[in-house]
Amino acid sequence: MDNDYIISLVEQGKRIDGRKFDEIREIVLEPNISKNAEGSARCKIGDTEVLVGVKMDIGEPYPDSPDEGSIVVTTELSPIASPEFELGPPGVQAIEIARIVDRGIRESKAIDFKKLVITSGEKCWILFIDIYPINDSGNLIDASALGTLVALKNTRYVKEENNKAVFGEFTNKKLELEKTPITITFVKIGNNILLDPNSKEEEVAEARLSAAVYNGRIYALQKVVKMGKEDFERLRYNPIEIAKLEYDEGVLPITIKRPLPSKK
Amino acid sequence: MSYTKRDDGRKFDELRKIKAKVGVVKRADGSAMFQMGDTIAIASVYGPRELHPRFLQNPERGVLRCNYDMASFSVTERKKPGPSRRSTEISLVTEKALASVIDLDLFPNTVIDVFIEIIQANAGTRCAGISAAAMALAHAGIPMRDMVAAVSVGKVGDKIVLDLDKEEEDFEEGATDIPVAMTARKREITLLQLDGEVTKDELMEAIKMARKGCEEIYKIQVKTLKEIYKNG
Repeated sequence: MDNDYIISLVEQGKRIDGRKFDEIREIVLEPNISKNAEGSARCKIGDTEVLVGVKMDIGEPYPDSPDEGSIVVTTELSPIASPEFELGPPGVQAIEIARIVDRGIRESKAIDFKKLVITSGEKCWILFIDIYPINDSGNLIDASALGTLVALKNTRYVKEENNKAVFGEFTNKKLELEKTPITITFVKIGNNILLDPNSKEEEVAEARLSAAVYNGRIYALQKVVKMGKEDFERLRYNPIEIAKLEYDEGVLPITIKRPLPSKK
Repeated sequence: MSYTKRDDGRKFDELRKIKAKVGVVKRADGSAMFQMGDTIAIASVYGPRELHPRFLQNPERGVLRCNYDMASFSVTERKKPGPSRRSTEISLVTEKALASVIDLDLFPNTVIDVFIEIIQANAGTRCAGISAAAMALAHAGIPMRDMVAAVSVGKVGDKIVLDLDKEEEDFEEGATDIPVAMTARKREITLLQLDGEVTKDELMEAIKMARKGCEEIYKIQVKTLKEIYKNG
């Protein structure tokens, strides 16, 4: 589809899939999709589908936080999900998704890391959150974050014996979630802000903003703006000037509305 | 040494419960999900498309490229993401298991990419991957001379059994695992591997059993593929 067509449609207040600008695609969530995982989920937003698995292991706390466990978020953008993905180690896009998801959980304190400690300064639980997109029809970020939340909500501890994890044997102890932050992503096309971009909209978007929100508070932001080389040179690569420009262009919204998906 | 009853109550020549579905990956040209018991494989096909880098292109025929991968959470102890020696080998044998039924002469200079992801593992993952991939290729409309179905057979204790699960593979007194892939009409074997120890007679018996299993799988593959055209 022609990029100009998408842009001109947006100028007329329309989207290629017929949605309103602030309308999210239908969300389908399915917990426990993989038996060997401590927690797992499938999250679909429209045709976009992401699988998330949580595995646990016992490790040592970081020296600067002896009373805290930790999380490790990884995204594998397997070429199964899109003709644009290639085999190989995680690239920029995969790392960005993983870091946005990580930040949303970490900064909102959705998990109390202190509860993951087994022995102060010596042993703690580490949560490995692995994200596998199965189909990329846009907005992998929100699908990954939401899938992660559902997987974490259904995570049960593995058995522990002499400070070692006994894999394949689960306990009844569930991982506690203190908060459930939702990540929502917008793109800017022309002078319009669109919620939950599909892959075509992502392609033509000039800017993107993702926010992790919970209970009226914002916990993490990620903003990417497409700028030409001339723009950067004009601003002499001054980050404050770039931020100002982004702000003036309305890329950073002050309030974030969270529409809920309509029931079918 | 004797294995008198299967842990899940199946008959010795009985497959695990199979679920199959096509069209599970919208962006792909063809895709399928294949589940045998607790083993779940998803396969997607892209192509024929231009092959990069160009020096890999063959002006005479197309190239089939398969990639098998296990999700980190598909097994009890987390598998580090990314390729391993094991997954590289399975990718290769999967390629060989499927290549013979595809008319690659029709697509010079191009590649047909097959990606397999195991999202839940309980033995027989390469076989589930091959069965899924064959369906995904058909779903993508790639001209095929025949269908490919795969199942693992083996010896658990003193018994030849069909479609081993993880518990049987790990049988204390020893188990032999023989993954087999077969074409449906010509009944040609396109994959045969063996881990363990069997006599020649036992191997023949096992292959016979695998044939029976593959025939059942083939029926499910065809039925599932036909279903997508029913409603539209």
